[in-house]
Amino acid sequence: MTRTDDGAGADAPAPSAPERTRRQQYERRQLVRSIVTAALSTIAFAALLVFVVSRQERWPDVRDAFFDGGVFGDSFRPILEAFWLDVRIFLVCAPCILVFGLLVSLARSTRSPVLFPVRALATVYVDLTRGVPVILWINLIGFGVVALLSSRSFFGGYLFWGGVTLVWTYSAYVSEVFRAGIESIHESQRAGARSLGLSTWQTNRHVVIPQAVRRVVPPLMNDFVSLQKDVALVSLLGPVEALRRADVIQDRTFNFTPFVVAALMFVSVSIPLTRLADHLMAKERRRMSGTAVR
Amino acid sequence: MSLLSYRRVRKSFGTRVVLDSIDLEVDRGQVITLIGASGSGKSTLLRCTNLLEPIDDGEIWFDGVDISEPGRKPDPVRRRIGMVFQSFNLFPHMTVLENVTLAPRKVLGRHRRDADDRARAMLDRFGLADKADDYPDRCSGGQQQRVAIVRALQMDPEVMLLDEITSALDPELVGEVLEVVRGLRGQGMTMLLATHEMAFAREISDQVCFLKDGRIHEHGSPEQIFTMPARQETRDFLARVIASGRM
Ligand SMILES: Nc1ncnc2c1ncn2[C@@H]1O[C@H](COP(=O)(O)OP(=O)(O)OP(=O)(O)O)[C@@H](O)[C@H]1O
Ligand SMILES: [Mg+2]
Repeated sequence: MTRTDDGAGADAPAPSAPERTRRQQYERRQLVRSIVTAALSTIAFAALLVFVVSRQERWPDVRDAFFDGGVFGDSFRPILEAFWLDVRIFLVCAPCILVFGLLVSLARSTRSPVLFPVRALATVYVDLTRGVPVILWINLIGFGVVALLSSRSFFGGYLFWGGVTLVWTYSAYVSEVFRAGIESIHESQRAGARSLGLSTWQTNRHVVIPQAVRRVVPPLMNDFVSLQKDVALVSLLGPVEALRRADVIQDRTFNFTPFVVAALMFVSVSIPLTRLADHLMAKERRRMSGTAVR
Repeated sequence: MSLLSYRRVRKSFGTRVVLDSIDLEVDRGQVITLIGASGSGKSTLLRCTNLLEPIDDGEIWFDGVDISEPGRKPDPVRRRIGMVFQSFNLFPHMTVLENVTLAPRKVLGRHRRDADDRARAMLDRFGLADKADDYPDRCSGGQQQRVAIVRALQMDPEVMLLDEITSALDPELVGEVLEVVRGLRGQGMTMLLATHEMAFAREISDQVCFLKDGRIHEHGSPEQIFTMPARQETRDFLARVIASGRM
């Protein structure tokens, strides 16, 4: 038997604290190692990519056509200004779509025979709208209605009717998301509310819809990420938003860099939106599984 | 006159007959327990009473009115009949206080202040004062079920329907909920309850109904049903319950 501390430690069961530190040290080493490995491999990969691409015979042409620094600098401001129109269209259309989509989903889930026509109409609307490409609706409503109205006011203009088309088409998709949410609320919630004497409408208003809306926030976010891009379709009708402005500059310069600039702007909005959607979805999943365990 | 009376009540789901010529009288202040195997129709009878399910034939009278009359509006009836479910059915997106005050405010038109004061007072009496501002998933099962009882009581019901309100609870939480039911009995509340807790049924009931395949096979005082059941089916059921250790 030795008199060192080590010897004493070997006699008694090792306390847990030093063991944890060892584990922590190990994990820290692993973490540093994987960060360094990832960084080195990324640098190597990027270098390889740059090397291969720049060695291509046509690379200078590609660079000049898509990544022209001068055109980039000149077109950035005008395109950004035009992009502001995209943002405004989005900000106006999104709330309209939420409200209209919710109304359609409620119309589809009514039971009363008096409301049968409303229910049928809503069903036809959703089927029809989702069955036709958005771009076709833009032509149909955008050009069609504006031609019919032949008025010069804002409410007779392409911008207004382009926005109406977006609301019209996206509400159909969004209403289906809401409907799925409403149907996912368990029947026992309705029974609980009705047993207290709440009417059908009060049950919907206070018990079903609030829970359904919470549940569908993540899938709704996905639809709004697509909406944010499809706003550019309004440019087909003429309003000068980012894509249109880029198109005009491209026509003048014979250079595609303006499109890259516009693409960067859309991406700068859609990537954060997508990440937010992912985050919300993960949060909802955690919440749901937490409830299930309980 | 009975507060609740069932006359030849019949109910089927598709071709399956779930309630078959049920006759039952419930007087004011009485506690009536429904016992019987799983699937015998206990929950269905309670749900029909609260008009959550329509009956096919027969009548259910409540306070001198045929509430089973086809086409009758259910909401005015439901607000006088409280119901508590096996799985609580609390609203998860509302706090305990909001759960409990929603119906008094929206249905009875009580002002928020008034509804809140009454609710807090009752939550306090039921030992739930510190839970008032929590969400239901922050409460234990026993607490959730007591909240559900308070929620029904806040409507000042004339009868309470309790559907296996302790079946979803851990054994150690059953007692606190049964204690609440004892308290209600003490206050003279009319109650109709479905339960698998035989000892409790024996203790609390004025009458016990044994259901099998949608029929009331035997009906009498707890002493009679539990100590000298007349029918073979009842004896078999109680023997199975005893064998499974639930009595
Ligand atoms: N909505 C429904 N649709 C079809 N069948 C149903 C429905 N509700 C109940 N049933 C059937 O009716 C029968 C009686 O069910 P009920 O829930 O009333 O039984 P119970 O006595 O409450 O049973 P438990 O003790 O398991 O709660 C069962 O066979 C059940 O499958
Ligand atoms: Mg049941």
